[in-house]
Amino acid sequence: MKRYIDKGAKVVDGPRSPVQNRPWTLKEKLLLGFTPKEYLGQAVRNPLNWVAALILLVGLPVILSRFYFGLGFVTHASNDYPWGLFLGFGLFSMVPLSASGFLLGTTVEVFGRHDFEPIERLALLNGLLGYLFAVVYLLADLGQPWRLPYPMVVSWGPAAVLFLVGWHVATYLSVQMAEVSASFFEWQGWPRAKAFIRRIALGLTTAGIILSTLHQGALGALFTYAPGKVHPLWYSEEFQWIFFFCSSIPAGLCMVIVASTIVKKTMAWRCDARFLENLDRITLGLAKGAAMGLVTYATIKLIGLAHDNEWGYLASGFGTLFLAEMTFGVFIPISLFAYAVRHKIVAMARFGALLTVLGIVFNRLNTALFTFNWKLYPELPHIGETIIVVTVFTIYLLVYRFLLYRLPILYQWKAELVPVDEAVPAPKLVKESKTPVGEVTA
Amino acid sequence: MGGISRRRFLEFGAAAVATTVATSKRSHATPNFEGYPEGMGVLVDLTKCIGCRSCEAACNKEHGLPKPEKPFDDLSVFDERGHSGQMRRPDETRYTVVNRYEPTQGGAPVYRKIQCNHCNEPACLTSCFVNAYTKTKEGAVVYNPEVCVGCRMCMTACPFYVPGYSYSSATNPVIVKCNFCYDKRLVNGLPPACVEICPQEALLFGHREELIAIGKARIKAEPDRYIDHIYGEEEVGGTSWMYISSEPFEELGFDTTLQKKPIISNVMGFLGMVPMVLAIWPALFTGFHLLAKKKGGEDGHDSERGEGE
Repeated sequence: MKRYIDKGAKVVDGPRSPVQNRPWTLKEKLLLGFTPKEYLGQAVRNPLNWVAALILLVGLPVILSRFYFGLGFVTHASNDYPWGLFLGFGLFSMVPLSASGFLLGTTVEVFGRHDFEPIERLALLNGLLGYLFAVVYLLADLGQPWRLPYPMVVSWGPAAVLFLVGWHVATYLSVQMAEVSASFFEWQGWPRAKAFIRRIALGLTTAGIILSTLHQGALGALFTYAPGKVHPLWYSEEFQWIFFFCSSIPAGLCMVIVASTIVKKTMAWRCDARFLENLDRITLGLAKGAAMGLVTYATIKLIGLAHDNEWGYLASGFGTLFLAEMTFGVFIPISLFAYAVRHKIVAMARFGALLTVLGIVFNRLNTALFTFNWKLYPELPHIGETIIVVTVFTIYLLVYRFLLYRLPILYQWKAELVPVDEAVPAPKLVKESKTPVGEVTA
Repeated sequence: MGGISRRRFLEFGAAAVATTVATSKRSHATPNFEGYPEGMGVLVDLTKCIGCRSCEAACNKEHGLPKPEKPFDDLSVFDERGHSGQMRRPDETRYTVVNRYEPTQGGAPVYRKIQCNHCNEPACLTSCFVNAYTKTKEGAVVYNPEVCVGCRMCMTACPFYVPGYSYSSATNPVIVKCNFCYDKRLVNGLPPACVEICPQEALLFGHREELIAIGKARIKAEPDRYIDHIYGEEEVGGTSWMYISSEPFEELGFDTTLQKKPIISNVMGFLGMVPMVLAIWPALFTGFHLLAKKKGGEDGHDSERGEGE
């Protein structure tokens, strides 16, 4: 891609082709303004695509076999460990890492911190895709995935925590879909649809906070159904939901740092100056937030230990695992963030963010899988299950990249030149004209 | 007939009140639900079980389960060990199993039958998001495969590791577990097949309340023979199937660390917070927004977006 741009190629970044002086066609937009040959050429030259192709080549048949032969074909079919990597990683880890959408939405829309605006859309997309693929993982895990809508339409179990998770994830997916659709509407050239989304943005964001508070917490509350099975160090009857909710905050913030770092390194051509110039400042801002989140999390984890008097377990093997998780996932990142923010060392903040992300995944896997059934025996995931998890994650990355290449997430869509009569629908109605006018004349 | 008789009216009124009370109990005071008064149960006297496995055979026949590899009179199954030395457990091919335990103090081996304990307030039921489980007034916990999505939350929640899943099926995997022979026997007041066949009368079928009394009486009559505890009387809110034993329960694979209150009570705090968040958050965060906004100023968001170069 860089090669073409260095040669002076124009990537689609607005409604009209500057060279031919006409609106881009949909095909051109999809190919970023390149000819099919050029586009294919860059895709073939990208080594990451070959890695992805290899993973899909191996993984897709395994996914098909899971649906053709049943769950027992790709998992250990364990009655003791009903949940494996699909939920341990796909649901319990992907969801906290996708808290980014509601966090940055709140920062910008609710608290009015518009200096974080350049990264807001990346955070929203990161949230949407994370949830979307959490549902994909869920579909792989459910015994009868075609019955996914049952808790909504066929049979209600409203007293169950999972009922809340199901409803909230479904609702929140729609909310995030609406939030991200603003960039799609720009790209597609539907300014009125975008204006409508802007108008309801505060409502959407507030809905996002409510839904996120509850279902991030609910994922933790699910484990209070299995008090004897989750190891005491990862279990707290009173605080489990707060642990999960609280840790989702640094998780979501750090995931944005990680995603933006990857984006900056691998597709800087797609980012505009506004994004690139602000990224270091924003990264340190996010790191500050993440550090506060982690400090709070570490504090309440300590309170949890003291409340249930679990100190004795720290001396056991599980205790070592717990201390390792807390050290690498919480304490080291806190120190890194503190130093990085103080001395404005962005790279250090980025490394801290990576550790935090890995730490959160480790925490969720420990809770759901590695220390689950600690009185029985440890379960290591089946190879088929692992292949499917890697394959779905690859698809997630490909979709992520596909959207980042096209939608105005990392760059700003150039001004829409709409005829004036169409753009100002009712100049007499002062109230209504506000948004569209602002939209178009901007 | 000529109108409703006073008696019928009273019955109707009582039923209505009972329903209301039952419903409100379920939703507000669930931790205090102690089972239906007419609920049935089984008292398993482990001192009487000789490990003949006829209950396994009867269950297999009653439910038309697949023929096992080893016949039911083959006692070598007691030496079978699964993952990391795990003893046999109920699964999609068997709703109940009997395992043999060697007491650490020496002495004769003890046999223990495992099946669904039919909790008063089952964790499987309360954790199910499609309401696939029902605790019937007869005491059985029954499962409806028609609405099950296959999330296996119930298996995660069950403190006794009872529900199994038919992982081998690609198109219609379901939860499999003992149903107390509810549909064919229990509704007609008959004991389940395993109880009926037991040659030792190790399994005693009756009203749960009476069984507790009997269990206590047996323990009192022979305090040297029995451990002074009825397993299931109070564990996780009480179960319909209960055990008395001569050996410490923890040596027989029982989880003696289980909480006394029902599993659902662990989740009550969180569930109670849900409506509060729903009600308070909108005002709280809209309030933050109003406070963060500059006085009289426009939101200003996005006004620059699209301006470009």
